[in-house]
Amino acid sequence: MLTNLFNGIGLGSVYAIIALGYTMVYGIAKMLNFAHGDVIMVGGYASYCTMMYLGWPPAAALLFSMAICTVLGVLVERLAYKPLRNASNLAVLITAIGVSYFLQNAALLIWSSNPKVFPNIFNMPFFQGVTASAASVSADAAAADTASSGVFSVKQRGTLITIVVNLIIMAGLTLFTSKTKMGKAMRAVSEDRGAATLMGINVNRTISMTFAIGSGLAAIAGVLLCATYPNLVPTTGSMPGIKAFVAAVFGGIGSIPGAMIGGILLGVIEITARALVPTVPSDIFVFAVLIIVLLVKPSGLFGKTVREKV
Amino acid sequence: MNNKSKNAFLNYGLVIVFFVVFQALLSTGNISSLLKGLLVPMTAYMILAISLNLVVGISGELSLGHAGFMSIGAFTAAFVEGVILNNIKMEGPLSKNLGVQILIFVISVIVAAVFAAIAGFLIGIPVLRLNGDYLAIVTLAFGEIIKNIFNCIYISIDETGVHISDKNPSLDASFAGKMILEGPQGSVIKKVSIFAAGIILLLLVLIIVQNLVNSKAGRAIMAMRDNRIAAESSGLPIKKYKLMAFTISAAIAGAGGALFALNSTGITPKQFDFNASILILVFVVLGGIGNMTGSMIAAALLYILPEMLRELDVQKYRMLIYAVLLIAVMLITNNEKIRALAGRVFKKKDKVSVKPEAGKEA
Repeated sequence: MLTNLFNGIGLGSVYAIIALGYTMVYGIAKMLNFAHGDVIMVGGYASYCTMMYLGWPPAAALLFSMAICTVLGVLVERLAYKPLRNASNLAVLITAIGVSYFLQNAALLIWSSNPKVFPNIFNMPFFQGVTASAASVSADAAAADTASSGVFSVKQRGTLITIVVNLIIMAGLTLFTSKTKMGKAMRAVSEDRGAATLMGINVNRTISMTFAIGSGLAAIAGVLLCATYPNLVPTTGSMPGIKAFVAAVFGGIGSIPGAMIGGILLGVIEITARALVPTVPSDIFVFAVLIIVLLVKPSGLFGKTVREKV
Repeated sequence: MNNKSKNAFLNYGLVIVFFVVFQALLSTGNISSLLKGLLVPMTAYMILAISLNLVVGISGELSLGHAGFMSIGAFTAAFVEGVILNNIKMEGPLSKNLGVQILIFVISVIVAAVFAAIAGFLIGIPVLRLNGDYLAIVTLAFGEIIKNIFNCIYISIDETGVHISDKNPSLDASFAGKMILEGPQGSVIKKVSIFAAGIILLLLVLIIVQNLVNSKAGRAIMAMRDNRIAAESSGLPIKKYKLMAFTISAAIAGAGGALFALNSTGITPKQFDFNASILILVFVVLGGIGNMTGSMIAAALLYILPEMLRELDVQKYRMLIYAVLLIAVMLITNNEKIRALAGRVFKKKDKVSVKPEAGKEA
């Protein structure tokens, strides 16, 4: 049970990182960016290629894939979404889907549909060192289930790293949105775009920045996801993308802590359901819980209820 | 004849011309075997586009799970066919028995529509309490749930009747029946749909939807779409009408799914995933939201386009081209300068019909 919870939080952390990208973009640009899942896939491939073909260390590969995804995110926003700023929601949605198809099929052409086996980065010396020191601190949860005393298995080490990375990102983002000028601008734009413009905030730049951060996070999520589930194919990002979107809605779309909690809950539900009722696909439970939550609290767990004015 | 019924008859005429042209090509043999095989699925997607347009265009609710209703119709058709073939004695193969084919088709489509309508009604009750993007995500969730349910049930038939289980009975050595639905492997189907039957179904669907749109209920539904609060203040029973549109749309999607399934040799739950829902939504949006003629044309063209690209040298890039075209069309139709230009050229016409307000009627 404890292992399930631990693994659930691990998977949930990946969802949470992806969901952060969804929720920030939704909060600020008010659009459902369905191409976000495919940015994860691009991040996965970018780090795969640098590690396997160029022999870069994982940390450098991660930074490289973050850079690639950030550029990609901003580029997509500039070329495809920016011209549609005043168009209907549906037009933007369809464009996002077009971008998603584009990325998937471009990846299909470049890397073919044969799955690439992602190297197990958690097994590398750098991480062994890191977790050895972390192990002594937080061994209580995991050690209960491991046969080897005090030392993590590779998979558990990966899960632990995922959770820690998630916490760091979360703390960083919270600080960023509350303390920095750009973060404040983001909150202002998400609150009231018109008023923000009048206050001299550069809305276009703020939106670009949001896409940059969201896509950079997607790259991290891509690397973590592929390290845990090593089969990398052009559609790798779509299902986690949809689930992260569900997580974002679950926690109240537009809310950063909401995305976090939503993601982790979703991961725990998925892993627990898979362990308890293996014959039924766990996705049924994931989506059923979403429906129930939305029916009880239509704006998600942490969402703001907007009063309707006549 | 007023403008609305003129539009409606234009659509019927369009469908009939479409049928006559392709039937003529079929009977003279002037049609590639690839296109021949695509005619019925294309008709099925035209039906699905009309059905989704009823929800997205007329009722103004974004649904991302329409393939769920399609799959309910498709698997119901597979089930009905299995039951009928199990209980009927006929001489020779099914392809020689036109009577049995018609029987299977008619009963399948009706039962599929009823089942999908029930599902639509049950799903509609909770879903329609939500608005906007939340409604969209919940329909997505229901679509995924339906797909996953079909993914894990096994239906078989033998002398003692129909058996439903969550385990695969054909793995059992003593199994003597026939599988109808085999979890992720889906159903094997004996092909019965013919082009003419699809066209009749399409016409029927058009008659139902267009009469609904031009009725009192249809006007109420559109009033809700345009201004919910005003409509509610005028005493319109919003929930009832919304649910009605949603249920009818689900029923039509079920019928379309049945048509699609009966024309194939097999269906799997995976075919009806999120991407299938999106495909239908793309037809609706590109055809013009709320515009039935547009939906039909867009469905026909966009279903054929990627398949036709398969035959050309660009085979490898076909989905890439499709994606680029999709983005380009959205960018061009929403470009303010181009819209203004189009407004000057077609002064009398309606506005460019991508915005929900534009497509007032079919």
